[in-house]
Amino acid sequence: MPIQYYIVLSLALFCIGIVGVLTRRNAIIIFMCIELMLNAVNLLLVAFSKMHHNTVLAADKATQAGIEGQLFVFFIMVVAAAEVSVGLAIIVMMFRNTHSVDVNFLNRLKN
Amino acid sequence: MNQLVYLVPLFPLLGFLINGLGRKSLSKSMIGTIGSGAILASFVVSLMLFFQVKNGAVATVNYFNFINVQNLTIPFAFQVDQLSSLFLLIITGVGFLIHLYSTAYMHEEEPQHFGRYFAYLNLFVFSMLLLVMGANYVIMFIGWEGVGLCSYLLIGFWFKNDNYNYAAKKAFIMNRIGDLGFLLAIFWIIAKLGTVNYADVFTNDSIQKLSSTDITAITILLFVGAMGKSAQIPLYTWLPDAMAGPTPVSALIHAATMVTAGIYMIARSNLLYSASEVAQNLVAIIGLATALFSATIALKQNDIKKVLAYSTVSQLGYMFLGLGVGAYTGAVFHVMTHAFFKALLFLGAGSVIHAMHHEQDIRKMGGLKKHLPITHITFLLGCIAISGIPPFSGFFSKDEILAAAFAHNPIYWGLGVAGAAMTAFYMFRLYATTFLGTFRGTQDQEHHLHESPSAMTIPLIVLAVLSVIGGFVGVPEVLGGHHALHEFLSPVLVTEQHHEIAHQTEYMLMGISVAIAAIAIIFAINKFSKKPDLQDAQGLGKTLENKWYIDELYDAVIVNPLNNLAGFFKNVVEKSGIDGIVNGVGRLVSYSSRQIRLIQSGQVGGYILFMVMAIVVIVLIWVNDGFIYKLFTK
Repeated sequence: MPIQYYIVLSLALFCIGIVGVLTRRNAIIIFMCIELMLNAVNLLLVAFSKMHHNTVLAADKATQAGIEGQLFVFFIMVVAAAEVSVGLAIIVMMFRNTHSVDVNFLNRLKN
Repeated sequence: MNQLVYLVPLFPLLGFLINGLGRKSLSKSMIGTIGSGAILASFVVSLMLFFQVKNGAVATVNYFNFINVQNLTIPFAFQVDQLSSLFLLIITGVGFLIHLYSTAYMHEEEPQHFGRYFAYLNLFVFSMLLLVMGANYVIMFIGWEGVGLCSYLLIGFWFKNDNYNYAAKKAFIMNRIGDLGFLLAIFWIIAKLGTVNYADVFTNDSIQKLSSTDITAITILLFVGAMGKSAQIPLYTWLPDAMAGPTPVSALIHAATMVTAGIYMIARSNLLYSASEVAQNLVAIIGLATALFSATIALKQNDIKKVLAYSTVSQLGYMFLGLGVGAYTGAVFHVMTHAFFKALLFLGAGSVIHAMHHEQDIRKMGGLKKHLPITHITFLLGCIAISGIPPFSGFFSKDEILAAAFAHNPIYWGLGVAGAAMTAFYMFRLYATTFLGTFRGTQDQEHHLHESPSAMTIPLIVLAVLSVIGGFVGVPEVLGGHHALHEFLSPVLVTEQHHEIAHQTEYMLMGISVAIAAIAIIFAINKFSKKPDLQDAQGLGKTLENKWYIDELYDAVIVNPLNNLAGFFKNVVEKSGIDGIVNGVGRLVSYSSRQIRLIQSGQVGGYILFMVMAIVVIVLIWVNDGFIYKLFTK
């Protein structure tokens, strides 16, 4: 499959994520949109990494070069998982205090 | 000799420091002793130097390098030669007498003001000594500025009176105009010759290096400096106003010494002036015009000091006439005799003012002869001396200038004699109105009339003696003398133009000028001793009384436009221009920050939106092969 498909898909995912973060007020949905953006990046990383690896393989059958991108994706997933746990904990605490998950309620530090 | 030179200016400097710093703690008699003693010590050293110079010992003493940049080296050096040693004697000698006189004249002042007065006076003598002793133009310029400063401080000595402060400012500003000319001349000399030392500038090699344009420009610029300091047309109006200062100050600074600085400077630069016909003619014409013009003003002045002030301007004009026609010795000779008799006249006037309790209007005096016998006699001698009656000193010096003027151009002589006649007339008008006739003041004033104390009369007597005999150092050959002064000065005034007039002609010239002066004197005494002119003058007399309205003219042409311009800058340019810009910047910053503040809304979504927009912009800059980036860097 040509690389363009991957790029267009991940761009679409990323833009959906951004628009979601910008427009929605529900903290959970914002959170999901962030995940969406992370995964868009992950997808792109894997796609480019695979493409790169394939070109190197053409010259040298035994090479391991060009798989670092795929490796990186695992790191991002791990960090995202940790982030999700912290983020959800914050949202739970927020709900306990305000009985709402509307982020526009969170400007109390202003003034 | 070299060890003594620095002592001459050192004593007045010490006197200035002690009196200036200790003016609040020292007693009046201490201040007077220190002030006068410093000048006396300096006079003694000057005498010793003078006799050494007379025996042919001329010295230039280098102390340190005052300015040292690349090829230009300006040493701090003193030059003691015939010309400067003569001036040293005049400055310290007459200066000492005037200091002595001041101890009595200023006695009513509070101690601290008394101390301030003597400190200024000593500082003045110090600066004046620096001026004449400097071995280059820059050191002369330091002294030149110093005397200008002291003149300003002393004119405005009674600073509670605004008119006096105004007079002081006027003197200072007019002097600054001249100083600018002097400064430009110095720069010009440095640019062309790379040195300002007299010893290097006044050589034939240096003259050869300068084009005739250079020489003319330098000499005229120097003369502009002299115009300011020595009160010549058009920069003379400060000197009559300078009479606001205490009378001994007028005697010392505005008659005997400071105002002759311009003559000293030109006499010093005689080699340059002799090389430029244009400059010489200019000096002669300006001098002659000033001599006549201010003599006419003096005819109708009623303030005893104003008459003397215009007389000073007029006599300075004669000196410049002498310089312009090449009679350098004559000019220096006249500086010397003028220092004697004009200081005498001013001090005599001071004695009168002292006796009259600060009344200066001669219309309210009269008949002071019997109340102030010593002042009267000495003043009379001074009047005869300035009128040019032989064998008093003024005759010899004025005659020498007039003879040289005749040799140069008989018209100069004719106008000079007319001026001399006016001099005799107004001096004896002053004398007759003040001392002869009957007293016209109040009874109270008459009751208090008294002869001045001896500290004031002794200087008068000494100066009167000098005024009478001072001329004998320069008896011309035609009268059987051998002109000792001329011989003495000949090494420094090397370029003197000798005028050859037949003896018969010279006798005739002398006879005419003396006869005219004598007629003017007799006429003035007859006219004013019985009934002095007390009414306000009409017609031409009114114009003369108002000094030809020159002050009004200057006010209208220069002072008022400048004031208006300054007012315009202050009220319009400063208020709405400069202030507008400054306040505008402040307002702009506060307005724009108020607008930008709104962006910081506290809404997280807003921040993220900006972040995204910024990223989009950055991406736009970089993508497409850096298209926008290239656009900006091209």
